[in-house]
This record gives sequence, structure tokens and C-alpha cells, in this order.
Amino acid sequence: MRRPRAPLFLARAVYRKRRLRDAARLLPLLGFFLLVLPLLWDAAPGRGAGQTVVYIFGVWAGLIGLAAYLAPGLARPDADDQAEDS
Amino acid sequence: MSFNALVLTCLAYVAFLFLVAFVVERRASRGQMGFLRSPLVYTLSLSIYCTAWTFYGAVGYAARSGLEFLTIYLGPTLIFVGWWWVLRKLVRIGRQQRVTSIADLISSRYGKSNLLGVLVTVIAVVAATPYIALQLQSVTLSFGVFASATPESWALPNRDATAVWVAAGLALFTILFGTRNLDAKEQHHGIVMAIAVEAVVKLVALLAVGIFVVWGLGGGPVAMIERIETYADPNWVIQPGRWVGLIFLSAAAVISLPRMFQVMVVENVDEGHLARASWAFPLYLFLMSLFILPIAVIGLERMPADTNPDMLVLTLPLAEGQGGLAMLAFLGGFSSATSMVIVETIALATMLSNHILMPAWLWLRPKAALSGDLRGGILLARRLSIMGVLALGLAYFRLSGGSAALAAIGLIAFAGMAQVLPALLGGIFWRGGTQAGALMGLSIGFVVWAFTLFLPSFGAGAVMSAQVFEQGLFGLGWLRPQALFGTSGMDPLTHSIFWSLALNTAAYAVGSLMSFPDPVERIQGAAFVNAFDDEVQAERLGWTHGQAEPEALMNMAQRILGDEAAISFFEAEAGGQGKAGFLPDLTPAFLAGLERRLAGSVGAATAHAMISQLFGRATVTVEDLLAVANETAQIMEYSARLEEQQGELSRTARQLREVNEKLTQLSVQKDAFLSQISHELRTPMTSIRAFSEILTEGDLPAAMVANYGRIIHDEAKRLTRLLDDLLDLSVLENGTVQLNLELANLGDLIDRSLAAASQTRPERAFDIQRDYTKEEIFLRTDPDRLVQVFINLISNSRKYCDAADPVLRIAVRQKGGRVVVDFLDNGLGIAKESQGLIFEKFARLTDQSRAGGAGLGLAICREVMANLGGTVTYVPGQRGAAFRVTVPLRLEKTALAG
Amino acid sequence: MRHVLLIEDEANIAEALRFILSRDGWQVSVMSEGEAALAAVAASRPDLVILDLMLPGLSGLEILQSLRADPATAALPVLMLTAKGQGRDRDAAERAGVSAFMTKPFDNSEIRAKVRDLLGA
Repeated sequence: MRRPRAPLFLARAVYRKRRLRDAARLLPLLGFFLLVLPLLWDAAPGRGAGQTVVYIFGVWAGLIGLAAYLAPGLARPDADDQAEDS
Repeated sequence: MSFNALVLTCLAYVAFLFLVAFVVERRASRGQMGFLRSPLVYTLSLSIYCTAWTFYGAVGYAARSGLEFLTIYLGPTLIFVGWWWVLRKLVRIGRQQRVTSIADLISSRYGKSNLLGVLVTVIAVVAATPYIALQLQSVTLSFGVFASATPESWALPNRDATAVWVAAGLALFTILFGTRNLDAKEQHHGIVMAIAVEAVVKLVALLAVGIFVVWGLGGGPVAMIERIETYADPNWVIQPGRWVGLIFLSAAAVISLPRMFQVMVVENVDEGHLARASWAFPLYLFLMSLFILPIAVIGLERMPADTNPDMLVLTLPLAEGQGGLAMLAFLGGFSSATSMVIVETIALATMLSNHILMPAWLWLRPKAALSGDLRGGILLARRLSIMGVLALGLAYFRLSGGSAALAAIGLIAFAGMAQVLPALLGGIFWRGGTQAGALMGLSIGFVVWAFTLFLPSFGAGAVMSAQVFEQGLFGLGWLRPQALFGTSGMDPLTHSIFWSLALNTAAYAVGSLMSFPDPVERIQGAAFVNAFDDEVQAERLGWTHGQAEPEALMNMAQRILGDEAAISFFEAEAGGQGKAGFLPDLTPAFLAGLERRLAGSVGAATAHAMISQLFGRATVTVEDLLAVANETAQIMEYSARLEEQQGELSRTARQLREVNEKLTQLSVQKDAFLSQISHELRTPMTSIRAFSEILTEGDLPAAMVANYGRIIHDEAKRLTRLLDDLLDLSVLENGTVQLNLELANLGDLIDRSLAAASQTRPERAFDIQRDYTKEEIFLRTDPDRLVQVFINLISNSRKYCDAADPVLRIAVRQKGGRVVVDFLDNGLGIAKESQGLIFEKFARLTDQSRAGGAGLGLAICREVMANLGGTVTYVPGQRGAAFRVTVPLRLEKTALAG
Repeated sequence: MRHVLLIEDEANIAEALRFILSRDGWQVSVMSEGEAALAAVAASRPDLVILDLMLPGLSGLEILQSLRADPATAALPVLMLTAKGQGRDRDAAERAGVSAFMTKPFDNSEIRAKVRDLLGA
């Protein structure tokens, strides 16, 4: 049930919050893309997993850092914030 | 290090965990939550995801297949960093609907269907039993590692005994701290805290071993990476299908595993904690996996070829002579296994008791729903379920012989629980998902999973014959368990995940599209999908056609929630409707709230069934739904607002009516009061006057003179008592009473009151039931005044309770800064229409000859309690008369001035 | 000997009245409860009923009404006693057909005279 007369344009703060939320929702897609990338690398015989390990843990740490940066702004949902979920 | 020292350390650690849980439960029951409710504890409790499989198995997994073990942590990481709003929606729904388990959530969403609850429960139990067995196995194996490393050898038969002892200890812990209360919203703080402690232990242990390996044996991080780079194993090449499939599978598992759902949704105290967990939980997983590969590589290099790679975390430090480090690692593994088993057992036991045992019991004995102590039955069912789940795990462990590699069992369990995902996500995001669709999807997914992964895991020829493996079921080539429809090129695990979830999702979608949901389903669907919107719609529908006595509902609620919780719930609801007392009007909103409250204890399906047993089957019709649907959004909004105003108006009107009634009654009472005083004064006066006149006439026998003199004396005393009471009342009402505040033991006060009141109708032998330990409370109050009230209530009970074997129960309870004393007898109680009047002056209900007083007793009690900063009320709906005295623990003089 | 039935639930008052009236030569029996008193009236056919207004079970007024409704007792003299002493009660009793009305407390001689008067002695 969509609430009636949802505003078409939003104030700056609410707008920022919405984009922040969009960024958070895109984060898993970015992470998935980066984590699948090693599959396309040449698996040269005789070569071990050392560099791949460093790469994966690097991506992982980056994801955690970004999530920590985004989370405080999204901690408290106001009712308006979630209208699009329905 | 000797083996005995290990056992001792282990026991000390367990005792420490019991202590932590016990202390936390004590604090929580006193309302001192503090850091117990912090996001840190929540995040640490989520680490239940990392079981013994992670602790021991990940190293083995890494030794066998290289980087692939990382997928198990990358999936949850992806969910948590960006899609925790899905989890937040689950948490919100969980709170709104008082969900008790994942089976309850699915059952509640699809029309409170218990069949679905049973299905999810069966899937969960089948998938989790091997997993629990795996934890028992890892503890046993780790004991074995220590035993074989010590001079005193440890006989192998002891393995089974170890598993039995561990399972028994876990059952004890789980029953002690996991069945203290029933309600989903009264969380298991003790267990959550113990798990948080264990989470720290396992992280510290793994990091310690890792640091030792990298810096102590590997020559620092750079050299370590070099070693990994040069360690070339053909099995270590990443397989794209498994890599993607496992990331997806672990992402699904973190949402749908019963134990994750338990800590994430049921035990959640604040949905804001998810924001912190969104990065802190991935960080925990990151740290847990950081040193897995180094440990595996160094272990493979240094240890003999026949070493079990699953135990490298233990065997490597032992082989290097680091006994203390190995001990720490052992405790880490022990923590991982025990915390997983405890939470998984609670989650499964809740499902088993709410969806299988309780419905079966109510179905076998429908009368039981209407009488008897349900609460005890439910708790018993839950305890039996806990023992049953652990017994199943133990049986699986002993039958399977504990040989399979740890990782394989974990992944099979993940894939089994992932079958819940389509119905779960569809349920919270798609209004169109129906019960029929969910049933079809879940059953097909379960069957395909069992056929392609679970049964084959026992090996060819064990459950399924080798012939089926090679030629397919019934000899049909396209029904080969590891090559369905001819897809023979896939790895068996990927193959099973692919087909089970694809067919599951397809069946769910097609089933939902083809079927038509019943009204309850549609209401629940709307409530789940729109969980973040205002709850207007669902509240207005629901229980509209039918009737029941509020007292009957209260009785039922008491037997499930417990007396105290039920009474305060009813009182709060009545207050919300603007009514005084304990019995609210049976509005749809109240009934929906009551149903949700009961659902928190027994699950949505059972709660719905129990209310309809009292209230009548008809809850909501398709017409009701259409009536709502036909209105436009504006009209709905408008009418909702009108309804709100109307509700407000009728509440105000009711309050006015109540005040008006009260005023009219007061005026009538004022007249009646004067008339009563006249009567009460004239009656003794009549006897006095008549007899004194007789005595003055003389010529009477001495015995008669004495007798008449005694009557005059008695009646004069009666007059005095009446005047005393009237004066007392007047002083109390004016608030000019002098209170003598001092410290007094409540038990002593009750003793005094009982002794004094025993003079009333001394021929009646009352069975007085008390709990002396609960009465050990020191009150700061006016003891004489409080005793006056107690005497009055006890005497009333002695006067009016007509049961053949009269029983008076005095129940004491401390609640915040107040003490509640209940006086309950087993008589007829007080009729509903009189309950509002008994505290008025001269409101004697039956004849005066029996009462002996002037009917001022309860009026005085009420005034005394007001002066003591407390209350005395009548509690309806009990089995006999029930008076509740509430008194502040510490009465301050200043509080009385106002 | 003329028979007086006293319906009074206060035991002491009943005892006082019984003593006063029996010394005056009347046969006095005492009932303390309304329903039983009605049955006693039908059974023992007293010459005078002295009735308290406030009784357990049936009130004095109700007893009076049923006495007056029954032709056998319609003319039976009834003396109503009350401790309330409000005009309203007296009016109600008179409307119901009471023969005489007295307020507690009373003079012993007063009640003796009233009873004698009602029994026509």
C-alpha cells in the first residue's frame, strides 16, 4: 500500500540519505564482481595462490571499510525512508 | 601437558560459562541490562555462524581445495555489507509478529498454516542433525588428538563416552538457560552472553595460532605469501562453478539457518544493532579466515603426510611443543562446537515443540486448550525437544562413525536449509506468494536436495543402491542423482544446489500464480510485505465476527503467558481503550494484539487456532477484504482518520460516561451514607436503650441482669468501633494522617496479620499457602497501617469464602520499586457488577449479621493504601476472590506531602 | 394468648422485644430471615407481625407487600420498625399498607402501647 501523495522531490538531507542507501545496496554487486574477477585470471600451472589471496583479502577489507563508512548514516530508518521497499 | 589437566581446564571453562550465563540472567531479571544490549554483544553472538567446522574444518578445507574455503565467509560478507536491510525487514517482522523461529515466520506469513511450519521444521531437523553430530565429532576428535599426544594413552572406546558426556552437558546448559521463559520477546540473555564470550575465545585462539604460525614458523607475512605462492597443488585451482555457487549458498545460509535466525531475529533487542553488525560481522569473519591458509600450508609442509588436515590447528602447536597454545586452540574449538549446538538446539526445539508437539497434543486432547496448566506443558515439550534434538545428533554421530570430512557435512546442511529461501524472500517482498506455492516449492526443493545431495552423501550402496547412481531412479537415465536431466558435467554440490533451488523457485512461483490465497493469508501477506508501513489495515480486519467472554480469554492467556504477564497485558490494553480495570473490550485490534502475544510463546499457527477455539472460527471473509480493496487510497486514508477520530470520541465519551456514572453514584451514595450512618448508629442504640430500660425496672434474676448488661456493653463497644472507623476514614480521606515510617519485614507483617485475623470465624480452618522465601523483603512503610489492610483482606476472605476446604494463597512479588501482595481464595469471588462498588463506603454486599462490621473495611483499606503510596484493587477472572495490594518498597516522607 | 411474630435480624434487639412483649402477656416468636418468616406467617397465623425494614434475603417492604397481596393476611396488623428513620421509608411503608410505623430506638412503653393498640386489647 503506497502512502498517498508521496512527495515528488525531496529536501537535500533526505535526498542524500536515499543516495547513501543506493550506494549500500550496490555494494554487494560491486563485491561480487570483484570477487569473481580472479576466475578470469590465467591459472598458469606451477603458480600458487599467493597473489590471489592478497587480492581477495584486499577486496574484503575494502568492502568492510566502505560498509563501516556507510552504516552510521543508515542506522535509523525513518518511515519515509523505507517506502520503496513495498 | 597431561590429559587430566586438559579435562580439568575444560571443566573449569564450562563452569565459567555457566557462571557467566547465570550472572547475566540475574542482572537481566533485575532490569540491569547495560552493555548486554550493545551492538558488540549482538555482533559477537552472530559469530555463531562460525562453528567447529570453521575452526577445525576450514584448515582442512584449505588444505584440500585451496582458496575455496573463503566462499563460506564471502557470501555472508556480501549480504551484510549492503543488503542488511533485508535482515532489518526480517527483524522488524519478527518483532511485529512475535516470531519464534524461521518455521514460525513461514507458517505465519502463509496464513498461519501449521502444515508449512511442520514442513520447515522437518527440513531443519533433517539438515541440522548431521551438523550437530559434526560438532560432537569435532570435540571428540580434539580430545583424541590430545590423548594420543600424551604418554597415558586414551582408549578409543572412550570416544563414544566423551560424546555422550558432551551432549548431556549441552542439554543441561540449554535446558537451564534456554527454557527459562517462553515468550519470543523475553530473550535468552544468559545464553547470548555466553556465546559472545565463546566468540571472543575462538577468535583469540585462532589468531594466536595464526600469529604463531606466520611469525614463529613462517618467517613473517611476506615470506608466508611467498610460501603460499610456491605451494602448487592442482586441487587448489579455483573451479568457477563451485566458487560462484558456494558464495551464493553461504549468502543464502546466513539468512535461513535456524541458529542464525535465532540470534539475528529472535534474540535481537534493537534493530539499529544491524547497522553496526553490517561491517563488524564481516570483520569478524575476515579475522577468522586470515590465518587459515598459512596454518594449512605450514601444516602440510611440516606434518607427516597421514595427518588429519582437519586437526592441524591442534596438531601443529602440539608438534611444535607449544602446549599452552594448543590448549587455547582446544578451548577455541570447544567454544565453536558448544555455542553452535546450544543455539541450534534451542532453535530446533522451539520449532519442534511449537509446530509438532503442541499441535499434536492439542489435537489429541482439545479440552486441554481450555483447562489445565498449558505453560508447564509447553515448557515440558520444549525440554523434551531439546533432549530429542541432542539425542538425534548423538545417534547420527554414533551411526555414521564420524568419518566424513567436516566440510562436506556443513555444505550439505547449508544446501538443505537454503530450500527455505524462495518462500522466505518471496514472503517478505511479494504479496502474490501463497501457501500452495510455498508448500510446493519447499517440498520439491526438499525432495530434490535429499535425492541429489543428502542421500548420496551416505555413499553408493548405503541408502541408494549403486544401480540408482549409475542408471537413475527406476532405471530412468534422466533421474540420476548426480546428473539430473543429463547434466552430468557439473560438480555434485553445484548440481544439487542448482537443480533444487531452480525447481523450488519455479514451483513456488507457479504454485503462487495458479492458486488463490485465503483471507488470513492475504492479511498476513500485506502485513509482512508492508512491514515498514503503518499497521492500519491488518488491525482493522481480523477478528470481527464471533464472540467470547473477556474473562475466558484472560484465563487462556494466563495459562500460556503466566498470571502476571497476562494480567498486566490485559490491564494495559484496557487502559489503551480508556477503560479502568482489567478487562478490555474485544475489539479486532485487541484480539490481534493478544494473538500476536500468544504467538510469541506457542507460534502463530497454534495461537490462531486457540483463539478461534474460544472466539469462533469465522475471522475474516473475502467480502471484508474486497470492501477494503474497493475503496480508493484517499478514502481509506480518510476513513482511517475518521475512524481514529471516532475512536477518540467514543473513548472520550466513555470516559465522560464513566465519570458521570461515578458522580451520580456518589450523590446517591452521599444520601445512602447519611441513611446508613443513621442506621448503624441507631441499631446498637436500640438495644442499649431497650435493655437499660429493662434493667432499671428491676426485679430480674441475677443471670438475666448479667446477660443484659453484657449485651449493653457489646453494643456500646460496637458503637465505639463504628465511630472509630468513621473518624479513621475521615482522617485518611483528608490526608492528615500521621504515618510512622519504619523498616519492616514483609513476612513478619503477614504473620501478624494472619494471627490477628484468625479471630474472625475461628471455627473455619483455612489452608494458608505462602512462599516464605519470597516474603523476605524489607519495606519502608507504616507497618501498623499495612497490617490493618492485610487483616481486613484476610478477615474478608475468612468471612465470605464458602468453599468446603477454604484455601487462602498469599503471593508476594517484587516488581521494580514496588511490592505486590496478592490475596487469593477459592470461594465464589465477587460478582462482576459489584466489583466496581466494593471499595465504596458501606458497600456491604451480603447480609450484615455475617459481616459484623459496618461495611467500611475496604473503604478504609483503599484510603490507607493511598496514604501509603500504593493501591489495593480487585483482580477479576481468578478462580476465587483476589485482592492485590501494591506498595512502594521505600516510602519517603516527602512523597506524602504532595 | 395472642400471638406476635417478630421478624428482626439483630439478635439483641429481637431479644429485647421478646422480653418486653412476653412480660406484657403476649406469646412471641422470633424469625430472623424474610423467606422463612413468610412461611411462618402462613403456618402459625399470628395476630400481629412486627417487621424490621432491613432484613437479609427479602426486605421488610417486600414481606409487607406479599402479606397484603395474599387475601388470608391482607388485614393482618403489621408494625414496621426501622433504624433508618427517613421520611421516604415511612412513605413507602404506608403506601404498601403498613398498620403502624416506629423508628428505632424506641421507648419500651411506647412499643408496649402500640402493640396493645394494634391487638385491640
